[in-house]
Amino acid sequence: MFEGWDAVVLARAQFAFTMSFHIVFPAFSIGLASYLAVLEALWLWTGREVFINLFNYWLKIFAVAFGMGVVSGIVMSYQFGTNWSVFSDKTGPVIGPLMAYEVLTAFFLEAGFLGVMLFGLERVGHRLHFIATLMVAVGTLISAFWILSANSWMQTPAGYAVNADGQFVAADWLKVIFNPSFPYRLVHMVLAAYLTTALVVGAVGAFHLLRDRHLAGPRVMFSMAMWMATLVAPIQIVAGDQHGLNTLEHQPVKIMAMEGHFESHKDGAPLVLFGLPDQAAGKVKYAVEVPKLGSLILKHSLDAPLAGLDTVPRKDWPPVPIAFWSFRIMVGMGFLMMGLGLLSLWARWRGTLYHSRLLHMFALAMAPSGFIAVLAGWVTTETGRQPFTVYGLLRTVDAASPLAAPAVASSLIAFIIVYFAVFSAGVIYLLRLMAAPPHHGERGPGGDVPARAAGITPAAGATARGTA
Amino acid sequence: MTGAIDLATVWAFIIAFAVFVYVVMDGFDLGLGILFPLFPKKEDRDVIMNSVAPVWDGNETWLVLGGGGLMAAFPLAYAVLMPALYTPMIAMLIGLIFRGVAFEFRWRVTQGKRNRWDVAFAGGSLLATLAQGIALGAILQGVHVEGRHYAGGWWDWLTPFSVLTGIALAIGYALLGATWLVMKTEGPLRDKAYHLCWFLLFAMIGAIGAVSIATPFLHIQYTQRWFSWPNVILTAPVPIAVAAVTVLLLRSLANKWDYQPFFLTLALFALSYAGLGISMWPYIVPQSITIWQAASPENSQIFMLFGVAALIPLILGYTGWAYWVFRGKVKAGSGYH
Repeated sequence: MFEGWDAVVLARAQFAFTMSFHIVFPAFSIGLASYLAVLEALWLWTGREVFINLFNYWLKIFAVAFGMGVVSGIVMSYQFGTNWSVFSDKTGPVIGPLMAYEVLTAFFLEAGFLGVMLFGLERVGHRLHFIATLMVAVGTLISAFWILSANSWMQTPAGYAVNADGQFVAADWLKVIFNPSFPYRLVHMVLAAYLTTALVVGAVGAFHLLRDRHLAGPRVMFSMAMWMATLVAPIQIVAGDQHGLNTLEHQPVKIMAMEGHFESHKDGAPLVLFGLPDQAAGKVKYAVEVPKLGSLILKHSLDAPLAGLDTVPRKDWPPVPIAFWSFRIMVGMGFLMMGLGLLSLWARWRGTLYHSRLLHMFALAMAPSGFIAVLAGWVTTETGRQPFTVYGLLRTVDAASPLAAPAVASSLIAFIIVYFAVFSAGVIYLLRLMAAPPHHGERGPGGDVPARAAGITPAAGATARGTA
Repeated sequence: MTGAIDLATVWAFIIAFAVFVYVVMDGFDLGLGILFPLFPKKEDRDVIMNSVAPVWDGNETWLVLGGGGLMAAFPLAYAVLMPALYTPMIAMLIGLIFRGVAFEFRWRVTQGKRNRWDVAFAGGSLLATLAQGIALGAILQGVHVEGRHYAGGWWDWLTPFSVLTGIALAIGYALLGATWLVMKTEGPLRDKAYHLCWFLLFAMIGAIGAVSIATPFLHIQYTQRWFSWPNVILTAPVPIAVAAVTVLLLRSLANKWDYQPFFLTLALFALSYAGLGISMWPYIVPQSITIWQAASPENSQIFMLFGVAALIPLILGYTGWAYWVFRGKVKAGSGYH
């Protein structure tokens, strides 16, 4: 039944499955934590009740999403040992400290201040509470810093040596941390997280505006989200292009797979828009191409020669169709986001931002686009690195644990069942929270249960400030 | 060489510290989950959840530091132990998933479905605890290592001894949870937790005794470590201190004090933990790999040492502050939620 499904393939499937589930939650909580900090700052600054209502509204959503991110993240951190023990042994001296620093500088910061952020507004005062919110937001960004450094090192290893036991050891920590692809990857990922969150916030705003265009909260969140899409989506496209040039320099084979370049081109490579890459035949069937454009984008010259996969041994080829298609999905989402941003700018200028049903329906339809783009981008970069775990140095087949296939198959099945049961419930709760509009006197996590208040509730405080 | 030896020792203590902090901090909130079925009333369950909701996430982070730190400082041990403990580790992760999401999910649903997440909280807590206890037993009894790999089967971890340590840890966590409730609650809920403390304390003493008696039979090295002259001078104080703390615990329970039972239970955990350390030292994979054989290169350990030295005090500081913010008794109907 599992013919061809050896322990390594199963371990890869397990990593891909658990990672795909995990990554959407941090992508959302990085953006949302910053958004919450902005909302609370605006509330403290202006005293307008709408901001604290929005803050408490999104805080409940954040709590649910963050919880799911934490539990799925613990699975990731232990999976290196359970399924990829040879990888852990060999790269532990380099990757291990980066992840340990993530725990020390980010996870503890987030977890330590999360309780105060969620439940402590009436207990610590407004300013201290804002600091807690800020710490959680900063923690999510520090976390992104370290985990992307570790991931980038696996993509573009630098600053290492190999010792007598075959382990990678650090020769220069600065070169390890700030390895060649890290800055590009960090910027690309953080912007992706902000966009992902903005599109969800915008969609929730649009959803409620479609029902009642006069609601204050949805107006504010829709407007803020559309500003984000207008300003950040174009920046993200530029950042992605820069990241691509960096990948061409350090991981050319990945670019060949993403672009479907099986053949080398001496005088100007085309840009393959669509087609069906055929790994076995070594060509893209039914290709729709624009001549010379590939060279123009990648080398900024029409006639620049571009090497193809025919210059690479077949055993070093990544799975081309996956990288080819996931890359196109990501880019497509990026351009749709920019389109939404530009449309909203047009509507804003025309004064129809809160009235255009078409715009609101477009924004609503774009709700999952950030998640799709993040997942597709992650698939592109991770499958493009194959067949290596550490690019060019450690093959994936040589990185797995010495486990029997039934062990890995059982745990994979267990994770699939548990994840679908738990996270589908979580997504339903998130959607239910989003289905109600933020209202006057919105409460934080807990909702129906009366808060432990020593008299003043946040909304009452806000109203008092607002009318003062 | 001496420098490397010192570093590995320092790191062994740092990892041991992280795991210990995890055990005592997540121990009491996992214990609350284990005790959950004994508190069927909704109001009681809300109070129990609220007593840890603001801090459980920080508690669990120490588990990530323990695992991540082990990979960074002793990668070989991590690479050998994790496949050896494959099934208990997967079970623990799944238990922690159910337990962790229950904290949020049970507030997001109607009464009928809330029971579902209460079951997830209790079941997840028990599963994670048993898995941790079994993993501990499996480490103590040793694993089959060849070269730099685990070479045993995927059911080697399951023995009568590992089942015993699994049950012992569940009893211990439950006692931590019960004493926590005595400290953090009032009224009938506190009374019930208080009565549970008596039962759980005697069960825990029995469990400590059973594990202590069984351990020397696992390996001749354990027997020599504990009972040979002159080692016995160094090891004898541990059981004596356990007896002394037990007496203090009985007295604090008899006096119905609020805080002492919890902190004395922590002391019992610390002593049992020290006993484990005495048994294992200097092996990180008992009888196979020492801390020096498993140690990361010096520059990795030094690089991390800066972070640990600067950040652990800071982390303990703001964690303590978070506990301080939510100090005092949790009242029904006025929780944090």
